[in-house]
Amino acid sequence: MQHDAKSSSHAGLNVAVLVTVGRHPVTARARRADQDARAVEMALSLNDAAVRLVHAGGNGDDNEEALRGYLGMGIGEINLIKQASSADVVPALVTSLRDMAPQLVLTGTRAETGEGSGLVPYLLAEALGWPVISGLAQVESIEQGVATVLQALPRGKRRRLRVRLPAIATVDSSAPAARQSAFGPARRGELAARACASVPDELQEQWHVQPARKRPKRLKIVKSASARDRFKAAAAKADSGSGQLLSDVSPEQGAEAIFNLLKEEGVLR
Amino acid sequence: MSDIIRRDPRKEWIARNRLHPEHLEVLAELGGGASPSEWTGPSGLTRRNPHAVGFIGPNGIKRIDRSGAQQAANQPGSRQAQPKDTRRRVEIEAPAFMVAVVPDLSGGRLSSHDRDLLGLARQLADADPERPGAVLAIVFGTHKETTFGEAGVDRLLEVQGDAFSGYLPETRIAALQSVEREMAPHYWLLPDSSLGGGELGRRLAVRLGERPATQVWQVEADADTDTGWRCTARGAAGTTDIARAMPRVVLALAECAEPVSETRHAAQPVELAQALPEVLGRIEDMGEVAVDPASVSLAEAEFILSAGNGVKDWDGYHHAAQVLGATKGASRVAVDDGFMPRDRQVGATGTWVSARVYVAVGISGAIQHLQGIQSCEKVVAINLDEGCDMIKRADLSVIGDASEILAALVARIERYREEQQENRDAA
Repeated sequence: MQHDAKSSSHAGLNVAVLVTVGRHPVTARARRADQDARAVEMALSLNDAAVRLVHAGGNGDDNEEALRGYLGMGIGEINLIKQASSADVVPALVTSLRDMAPQLVLTGTRAETGEGSGLVPYLLAEALGWPVISGLAQVESIEQGVATVLQALPRGKRRRLRVRLPAIATVDSSAPAARQSAFGPARRGELAARACASVPDELQEQWHVQPARKRPKRLKIVKSASARDRFKAAAAKADSGSGQLLSDVSPEQGAEAIFNLLKEEGVLR
Repeated sequence: MSDIIRRDPRKEWIARNRLHPEHLEVLAELGGGASPSEWTGPSGLTRRNPHAVGFIGPNGIKRIDRSGAQQAANQPGSRQAQPKDTRRRVEIEAPAFMVAVVPDLSGGRLSSHDRDLLGLARQLADADPERPGAVLAIVFGTHKETTFGEAGVDRLLEVQGDAFSGYLPETRIAALQSVEREMAPHYWLLPDSSLGGGELGRRLAVRLGERPATQVWQVEADADTDTGWRCTARGAAGTTDIARAMPRVVLALAECAEPVSETRHAAQPVELAQALPEVLGRIEDMGEVAVDPASVSLAEAEFILSAGNGVKDWDGYHHAAQVLGATKGASRVAVDDGFMPRDRQVGATGTWVSARVYVAVGISGAIQHLQGIQSCEKVVAINLDEGCDMIKRADLSVIGDASEILAALVARIERYREEQQENRDAA
């Protein structure tokens, strides 16, 4: 029902969401990618927006299952651009987006499979000549072709940006979590497949890909002329008990000490 | 104090003459201690008195401390070996090529990530001693950093102007493009961080038409590739390693190389010959937004006030968190007892936090909880029990009743806010 209400209001904003097939971090099963699902959620929460989903890539059974995860969020269909599994999807996406002419393109910051470099939005923006903004946390308003958005910064901070549409925006992990995917709509939804010439990614074929190795821990190298200093550094225990202990103090004195530390660290606003 | 040894022949003569009435004073003055075991003799030779070595321990036995701690304590600032700056000074007059680095400079200073990146740049620049390259650091806006030379920067390009103070990726990219045109760096290195480096690097790579290597954590020499270097990058959300030839533009992770420590560099300022182009930005920065600390997720909160079993006055705790502007956290016990919601639980089963300041109120510090706060920088503990594990972890611990201390802290902070308000009104 919700979907029907959305798709009938074509007068409003035209939003395209680029979705990929994700990978569960623990079970490694194909799933809807987390950030892409958040992008779909963000698009669905916009007022008066006609949301269209675009996926370019190979199609296996796993992939279809994962893509149906997006359909279960209340989407009627996904435009599926069929590509060879080792293809560069950017040219196909550029043509597709030119045809569709959306005002806003949303996507996750980086894919959960493949190279996962997070470059696609930038390449698309360069090819289409649109501005690109990264790490969206919220779309505040869209008025007269200008979107006011909140960009997520580290440590939970936010920055307000204003961008002229059409634009491409990547969605950060701190955007609102995606709604659950319902089974029935996921079955009923349609994958509208369309063939498109695929451009092979030649560079990628020269790469050697293997499961991630654990990164070596950095050694603490002590550069000191004196053997005594080097020995002391090597034999030193992990720093514990180095903290300041205030016992038998009045609450006011204790509070003063804590206050000084908070002020020193600059966390008091 | 100057390093020239000045001899006083009269004092030396007194020091030799044990019958001289001033013998002991002079000896003490020359040797620096009460019973000197070493002094410089008249011929410049070091003389030793083995009987004067050591001190009488508490049980009346002579002890000799060979660790040097005793002697170091006995020499009050006299001719002690000052830690000399042994770093080699390197100046590269005519570099064969440039390696451009755009550090994040978060908070106006080089972060450890930036230093690692500069270390990697040095590695690339110094690979061939016949053709040394120069590391060019490009810095936007005002900064507080003074140690660019020690971090390994040969040339420093400071792009100043009001236009570079905020978030203006398009203007910055235009500036970097001018650098590319004028200096044509051999490599571009940027930090793959969420502080802006990752985004800027991707924009730059796309604009230059280069395919960058992202999330690079290792770079090795490899003669088979075009650039002579091979890099290992993380792919697929950190689950795969991609070994590939190193491209011109590299976005590297933290700890990709060792920071520079053995050399000092010139950090010679350079300028662009042409003025920077005016860019009509389509992205407008409206400034940072004040965020309600309660809505910040625990994992990315900067300042957490966490409550445990020791908290009895919950209203007081919530009030304190509000006044402090801290994000609320809780230990498992507080959550299980229903005082705090489950999503606020810190620890192995809850959220692993990375706060800069973590205040633990009435939390004894179970190992699961301590795991969750491993990456916190400063931990403050307020607790009644002096022997608990949280006190061992904490940088500052206050022993006492939690509600009283929190109330005093709230009063102190309200007073501080009032003072600030008055200052502002006066100004």
